[in-house]
Amino acid sequence: MSVSTIEGVPGVSPGTPVSPEKRRLRLTTKRRNLIAAMLFISPWLFGFLVFTVWPMIYSFYLSLTNFDNINAPRFVGLENYQRMMEDPRIPRTLSNTFQFAIMSVPLSLIVALLLALLLHKATMGTGFFRTTFFLPRMTPPVAVGVLFLLLFNGHQGLINQLLGLFGVNGPNWTVDPFWVRPGLVLMSLWTVGGTSLILLAALKDVPKELYESARVDGAGALRQFWSVTLPLISPQIFFVFIVNTIGALQTFSEAYTAFFGGGADAFRNEGALFYSIHLFEMAFRNFRMGYASAMAWVLFVIIMIITGIQWAVSKRMVFYSGDS
Amino acid sequence: MRNRKTTLIGAVAMGILLLGACAQGTDGGDAEFGGDLEAAELTLMGFSDPDEIGQTRWDIADAAIYPAHVRPSEGGFDIQAFLAANSAGNPPDLIYFNRGDFIGTLASLGAIMPLDACIAAEGINLDDFNQAALAQVTFNEQIFGVPEFNQVQLTMANGDLLAAAGLTLNDVNGSDWERMTVANEALHVVEGGRLAVIGIDSRIPEHFPLWVVSNGGQLVSDDGRTAMIDTPEVLEALEFALSLMDGNNGFADVMSLRDAADFWGEGNQFATNAMGAFTMEQWYMNVLMGATPDIPLAVSPFMSRQTGQPIAFSTGSSWAIPVGAENPAAACRFIANMVEVDSWMAAAQVRADRIAGEGGVFTGLLTANTTADRAIRDAFIVPSGSAVWDSAIAAMYTAADHHFFMPPLPADQEFRQAWVDSVNRVLQGTMTARDSLAQGQAEAQRALDEGWARMEDRD
Repeated sequence: MSVSTIEGVPGVSPGTPVSPEKRRLRLTTKRRNLIAAMLFISPWLFGFLVFTVWPMIYSFYLSLTNFDNINAPRFVGLENYQRMMEDPRIPRTLSNTFQFAIMSVPLSLIVALLLALLLHKATMGTGFFRTTFFLPRMTPPVAVGVLFLLLFNGHQGLINQLLGLFGVNGPNWTVDPFWVRPGLVLMSLWTVGGTSLILLAALKDVPKELYESARVDGAGALRQFWSVTLPLISPQIFFVFIVNTIGALQTFSEAYTAFFGGGADAFRNEGALFYSIHLFEMAFRNFRMGYASAMAWVLFVIIMIITGIQWAVSKRMVFYSGDS
Repeated sequence: MRNRKTTLIGAVAMGILLLGACAQGTDGGDAEFGGDLEAAELTLMGFSDPDEIGQTRWDIADAAIYPAHVRPSEGGFDIQAFLAANSAGNPPDLIYFNRGDFIGTLASLGAIMPLDACIAAEGINLDDFNQAALAQVTFNEQIFGVPEFNQVQLTMANGDLLAAAGLTLNDVNGSDWERMTVANEALHVVEGGRLAVIGIDSRIPEHFPLWVVSNGGQLVSDDGRTAMIDTPEVLEALEFALSLMDGNNGFADVMSLRDAADFWGEGNQFATNAMGAFTMEQWYMNVLMGATPDIPLAVSPFMSRQTGQPIAFSTGSSWAIPVGAENPAAACRFIANMVEVDSWMAAAQVRADRIAGEGGVFTGLLTANTTADRAIRDAFIVPSGSAVWDSAIAAMYTAADHHFFMPPLPADQEFRQAWVDSVNRVLQGTMTARDSLAQGQAEAQRALDEGWARMEDRD
């Protein structure tokens, strides 16, 4: 006669199903954790629902109405979207906005990266320089708009005076519709400090051993940057690229202050008429909130598509250190 | 599950309807005016940081509505803030804004009250008012605002530059366009490929209506229903105003040089001899008087090419009471006291005293109350000892007797945007004058048609 021993928890036979009571207890614990988590994030969730989700739903409803901001919205179906097809300002403002974004996003990224690399290499006064680079970020956009008019004035602006030192007769940045967007792009570099700090944090996170290994393998500074630095900070570059793209497509304050915030019959530089400015004017100057809501939804879809493309492309170009 | 979905959709729909209902303006319009007032704090949008002219009248008007009181506002009139307050069912008791900006639209949408009953109850004498200013606040035969200030545009020139070029004010004041072209050529200076002195600045698009009316045209029909942006008179006016810009090395150079000037200070364009002549509102005389009292300024009313008479485009501020205001009776009395002749006189006295103390020249006041203007001129305007300023003041008062106006429209801003953009496209060289005005005409007419239809639908 043989005796067999059974391993396991005393009193519980292996293979015996957990009793429903215990499962309930375990589920209850899970649920309790979930409730605790939900309670912790509920302030944010509440804000998200009230200040983001609900306005989005309501704006979509408004986009299907004729709403003048005063009287009750009147349902008109897709009329606002159809009307956008006939509005000559839609293609113009979209073109202005895309041109601005195409110029400003890569340029701001490059400048921010160069500043971050400088800060990374700096051995003295790093705190001072970090603060200095970030300070312009604190400047109100309205002030930046006014600064733009002063710095880029064709006659006495600092930019043209500097160009004059090199014998270059600078353009009328603030008036010429061709030069106004490049001018605004250059001005947008004023606030590149925020992006620089994000990239600086990423640079500081790159393991030093990798550089040492690369040096041992005979890699020069450029090769190290290309093969070590860039791949390892690519997630952060991708992040700021997406955020800056969205910001550029929604650009408003600086151009509005500089060119559209004056009297209604003052000169308006059409080269700076961005999509968001047109949207704002339709909503609050022309009392066409329904149409403006439709414009907002079209911009949202455009941004989603562009972000989707960026996301798809990023899979080949962004390196996450946790990936296999 | 299906039931839950239905409930959710129902809740969302109900929410939308509720919010939509919140967004509606109240019908209002039946407010009672006159009589005793109750203690209350009135809210106001658009009137802030008053100078002595505003503060003196404010004190008088605020005392007149005791035990009620008006809480001062911050910043200028912000249509976005007003619409938000209105949508929340909490409109201010009073609004103060440029009457050309929104009064027709707000009236057509039922956002502001007709003030005929207010005017009758408080005994506001409409005969005292400048009729052009009054017409600007009269929509569909009802008065929706009480005009306060009134502006005129004048030709301001650098007398020294004119004399050096052998020119007079008559060469630059708009009466003869051929002479203006010659004067522009003579006055402007280009150095190193850049404009150094502007000959004549036609100040378009801001002052485009002046050039149009000078040439016998108008931008909109008197009844406000038909856009007239692409008529031959308007086209000719635009081409001429543009030719003055082109004669100054192009609009971009004019605008850059204009922006570069220390407009408010001692380095202004007349003090630095950077401007031959331009059209400008009369208040700028006060700026020049304060900053550079000894400049060689020469001022004339802007003259019509067609009639040879002075013309000026009526613009200025206005008071209105939103539908849904909690204290319309107090608001109405406050307005009545702000625009009363005695209030203006008291304010003018304070300013005249201040200026006399500083050794300056009181350049007068242009209000929408012509009786007050006359009284102020009689009481406070005295020969200053400076021929420059005396003739400038005389020119201002002459222009004030020759106002024209644009009627309030149910699409004020859209209409304005149509003609302003028409001019801008040409200034920036993106379209020919004829094509741009044609596009502007289509946009303006569509805005007017939709505005009137929207109002008639509401009725």
